[in-house]
Amino acid sequence: MPDSLLRVLTCGSVDDGKSTLLGRLLAECGAVPEDVLAGLERDSRRWGTVGEGQLDYALLVDGLAAEREQGVTIDVAYRYFETPRRRFILADAPGHQQYTRNMVTGASTSDLAVLLVDARKGLLAQTRRHAAIASLLGIRDIVLAVNKMDLVGFDPAVFEEITAAFTALLDRLGEVRLTAIPVVARDGDNVTGPSARMPWYAGPSVLAALEEAEPRPAVPPAFRMPVQWVNRPDHVFRGYAGTLAGGRLRPGDLIANSASGLEARVTRIVSMDGDRAEAGCGDPVTLVLDREIDVSRGDVLAAAPLPKRAESVDAWVVWMDETPLFRGRAYHFLLGTRSVIGTVTEITTRLDVDSLTETPVRELALNEIGRVSISLSHPVVCETYAESRTLGGFILVDRLTRGTVGAGLVTALGAARNEVHWQRLDVDKAARGALMGQRPAVLWFTGLSGAGKSTIANLVEKRLHAMGRHTMILDGDNVRHGLNKDLGFSEADRVENIRRVAEVSKLFVEAGLIVLVSFISPYRTERMLARDSVEAGEFLEIFVDTPVAECRRRDPKGLYRKADAGQIRNFTGVDAPYEPPENPEIRLQTLAAAPDALAEQVVQALRERGLIV
Amino acid sequence: MDDRPAHLRALEAESIQILREVAAQSARPVMLYSIGKDSSVLLHLARKAFFPGRLPFPLVHVDTTWKFRDMITFRDATAARFGLDLRVHTNQEGLRQGINPFDHGSTYTQVMKTDTLKQVLTEGKYDAAIGGARRDEERSRAKERVFSVRGPGHSWEPKRQRPELWTLYNGMLAPGETLRVFPLSNWTELDVWTYIAAEGIDVVPLYFAAERPTVMRDGQIIVVDDERMRFEPGEAPVMRQVRFRSLGCYPLSAAVESDATTLDALLAEMRATRQSERAGRLIDRDEDASMERKKREGYF
Repeated sequence: MPDSLLRVLTCGSVDDGKSTLLGRLLAECGAVPEDVLAGLERDSRRWGTVGEGQLDYALLVDGLAAEREQGVTIDVAYRYFETPRRRFILADAPGHQQYTRNMVTGASTSDLAVLLVDARKGLLAQTRRHAAIASLLGIRDIVLAVNKMDLVGFDPAVFEEITAAFTALLDRLGEVRLTAIPVVARDGDNVTGPSARMPWYAGPSVLAALEEAEPRPAVPPAFRMPVQWVNRPDHVFRGYAGTLAGGRLRPGDLIANSASGLEARVTRIVSMDGDRAEAGCGDPVTLVLDREIDVSRGDVLAAAPLPKRAESVDAWVVWMDETPLFRGRAYHFLLGTRSVIGTVTEITTRLDVDSLTETPVRELALNEIGRVSISLSHPVVCETYAESRTLGGFILVDRLTRGTVGAGLVTALGAARNEVHWQRLDVDKAARGALMGQRPAVLWFTGLSGAGKSTIANLVEKRLHAMGRHTMILDGDNVRHGLNKDLGFSEADRVENIRRVAEVSKLFVEAGLIVLVSFISPYRTERMLARDSVEAGEFLEIFVDTPVAECRRRDPKGLYRKADAGQIRNFTGVDAPYEPPENPEIRLQTLAAAPDALAEQVVQALRERGLIV
Repeated sequence: MDDRPAHLRALEAESIQILREVAAQSARPVMLYSIGKDSSVLLHLARKAFFPGRLPFPLVHVDTTWKFRDMITFRDATAARFGLDLRVHTNQEGLRQGINPFDHGSTYTQVMKTDTLKQVLTEGKYDAAIGGARRDEERSRAKERVFSVRGPGHSWEPKRQRPELWTLYNGMLAPGETLRVFPLSNWTELDVWTYIAAEGIDVVPLYFAAERPTVMRDGQIIVVDDERMRFEPGEAPVMRQVRFRSLGCYPLSAAVESDATTLDALLAEMRATRQSERAGRLIDRDEDASMERKKREGYF
């Protein structure tokens, strides 16, 4: 029976013969049942590329129907096989640049990578990319399979030249253990056994290399456990469940909640098979402590030296979404078992994984990897990725689609920013507002250009002013003459534009004012960002709902005419989208009522919400 | 201290972490319990994950009324033994219309299994359904996520799957979306049986060889479980020493000839066998990409 489990990433493109290598590995280890092999014979006749009467092993591992037809491997596929020595999980990742995210996904759970190169082509940009990504994701063991040796006449000089070039590349990537093997995947040379055609090679076959590897992934030497679940079946028992992400643990050990620093001793390590005397890294446990120290999901229990709390992180981010990453955008930030909001404060450089150089950039597109700074809504206990995959790897989740859009590797914790302390002030916004007989709020008017936002906001402010209320109005056009005059109309600049206006609104709210913001603000994510900058109940989204045809008819500034003529680009409603609010606090339908009546509707809503009396 | 094989401990640890994650992240999780060996392992892992607490989710079984009698007996005994919150659902409308596996073929599976499951999940407002599917069962499952998002109508869109990194599972959902969660994703059939042996987990007796009344259909051995079996003119059941590798509805699950009456014999047979376990499931063979198509339509 196998006595260990190895997780392996395999990368290379279809052209390198990767699928062929994998298919043969699986078939020769008996992982392919007879009826599946029979299916393979049928498929080989229909789609095969290796010639009459031969099995096309590549078809075994190209999973989805669309992929079989197109002959490309798109997604990460997982394969399983075992030998008497070891059980293997293969993450089979596609090779092309447009699938970098898939490769990163496969690499994130792997201990070792098998890289394929075509002996005729040697190291390509793609090989450098694969090595760089594997290294970035913390893989320290690489098997280099130099395939198609038959097509270079089994020449040892070719193999040695490629190996030397690859070794030189690894020197730039840090500490990596390399095993290079000359193979012919199609015929099985050096795949599971030695090759009679390459007697000059005395090293292990691919399978032997996988059986013998002893990778040591980065785990902290001291005990760490992100708390997943608080187990409270009754009033007596309270256990903290999670998986050890570092170190060992025995009853009696002194540990602490890293967030508060409060200490306790472990009294029991509970399991269904009886209490355990010890737990090691990777073990799922339920811990009982000798005293109550207030622990909940998202906290990290740890032994000294405790991991630190970060209010911001610097990280490599691999972007995985069609919509690029911009400064100012906010996402759910998931690390360990913690979930907070992370706002991108800076994007500095992009890593060119083919040349391993960095270029300054302002945004990251799909499949790009860059250095990013993220500020966190609440402190997060973490470590660098080099210290811990579990406490240093995070994902970014889109707040609307809830899809995973980015993966990050922490390179530094925001300790420097911790030095800019928040100064506690005695007079707060409630006190300032009370003096003025009002509760501060942001009235955020959104809608198409020409919808009537400024007209209505102006009327509302006049009414409030007449009632003796203290107000301030921020107009989208007006702030571009001062505060935001350095910003253009690219998507990145629009995000920054909104971020600044949201911050200014927040300051005015702190001053106790009722702030009226009149801004097209076409994207839901940005309006969400503005909403989050103030407290719940302080933000009223007011949708000035005018059909685009009507706005175009009014065209008070002649902008639609210019946009139609192509003189203005990225104009909302013409060649840029407007995402209408789904649940605005107030909806104003301008075709149904006059501006005065709509302004009255807003004032009435403020009264109903108790913002004014 | 723990002398079980290292790879089983690693798989167990991964599954327990996944089970705790779905319980913590979802508002209304539910476990789909199908009575088979994978469900038995899944249930065992869930009991470990939340010990000494009770399972923080109910179990649901979609009963087509065509399950083997031994399965139903085992299901009820298991629920009683572990004090499970087990909810059994049958498509009453389908029953009234007399939908059955003999006359209605794939419509039967669609109506009594797939539609009923969707209905149960929708009516129960369950946002996450935990199942025992494994990636090694079928080629299109090899790319399934552990936390797999289903769109409105429980549809699966293979091209829009979320990247899944490290052990960070994203259980957040947009309106109309639900989750399927597969804690046994990385297990093979052999792992399941070695784990059952190592942990002493009970399974339905049908997995072990015994003399059973059988008939042949399309070259497959079908066990006659009750009087509803339809015979060809002049046909009579023949006793054969058989067992099942995969259990479903009885006239649609084929048995294999076997002498494996014990777990040890069964493991020895598993290590020697050269047939995939789904070879015995008649519904998978209609066309090449049939499973992928069924999943897009909401089959579990």
